[in-house]
Amino acid sequence: MNKVLAALLSGIVFGIGLSVSQMTNPEKVKGFLDIFGHWDPSLALVMCAALITTGIGYRLVLRRSKPLFDKNFLLPTQQRIDVRLSIGAVSFGIGWGISGLCPGPAIAGLGLGQSSLYVFVISMALGMVVFQQANRLFNRRFQ
Amino acid sequence: MAAVMLMAFNGRIAGISGISAGALTGKAGDRLWRITFVAGLIAGPLLLMWVSGNELAFVQVTSLPMIIVAGLLVGFGTQLGSGCTSGHGVCGISRLSARSITATVVFMAAGVATVAIVRAMSGTLS
Repeated sequence: MNKVLAALLSGIVFGIGLSVSQMTNPEKVKGFLDIFGHWDPSLALVMCAALITTGIGYRLVLRRSKPLFDKNFLLPTQQRIDVRLSIGAVSFGIGWGISGLCPGPAIAGLGLGQSSLYVFVISMALGMVVFQQANRLFNRRFQ
Repeated sequence: MAAVMLMAFNGRIAGISGISAGALTGKAGDRLWRITFVAGLIAGPLLLMWVSGNELAFVQVTSLPMIIVAGLLVGFGTQLGSGCTSGHGVCGISRLSARSITATVVFMAAGVATVAIVRAMSGTLS
């Protein structure tokens, strides 16, 4: 139960952070990516602040032997920089550039009643499911 | 802050694409915390608006068909590339993961290039 409440609380703080920093506004995000046009670098400051907070916070937290409400820390173990990572990042980057939306802000904005966000999130969910099905098929055939 | 909290409490990386994909298709015992995280994520901005009394700015930057294309690319890409702005960009770089730093550089570059190309195509050069 604690684990579920902790996730809820983290989600709320995350959602507030995204909206205070205006990442929930696609125009703002697009402006941040528009280096060759009307560049609005303010989100770079948001990113730096997030990195400093998380960088220090993670170092303190990961010194402990385990998290408060679970048996162990679950950290990514993959080290290899491969084609999947690169193609995935390119695909994500193009979608992000077109729409000014990435998964966090798109989901966080669902309560704002913007119909384009429902369309985006449903498409995104579809993209995720398509990947997982394709991945399963691929693994079955080649491994 | 939120990313540190989720690590301290539950030992998990606060990557939105991973959490939400797992909420959709994950194993039964591993879904509830993901669903409540997503619920919190949606509630956060509403709470902020309620407390501050201000609406949040939201300006759509493209047409609906392009939103669908973008959504599919983002959904597929974040699964193939194992992360998005939060998982790679914030959590991964904070752990100094070479994979995440690479991914972030690549998706930022792709995003910047896309915006530049869209700008050039639409002819709204300033």
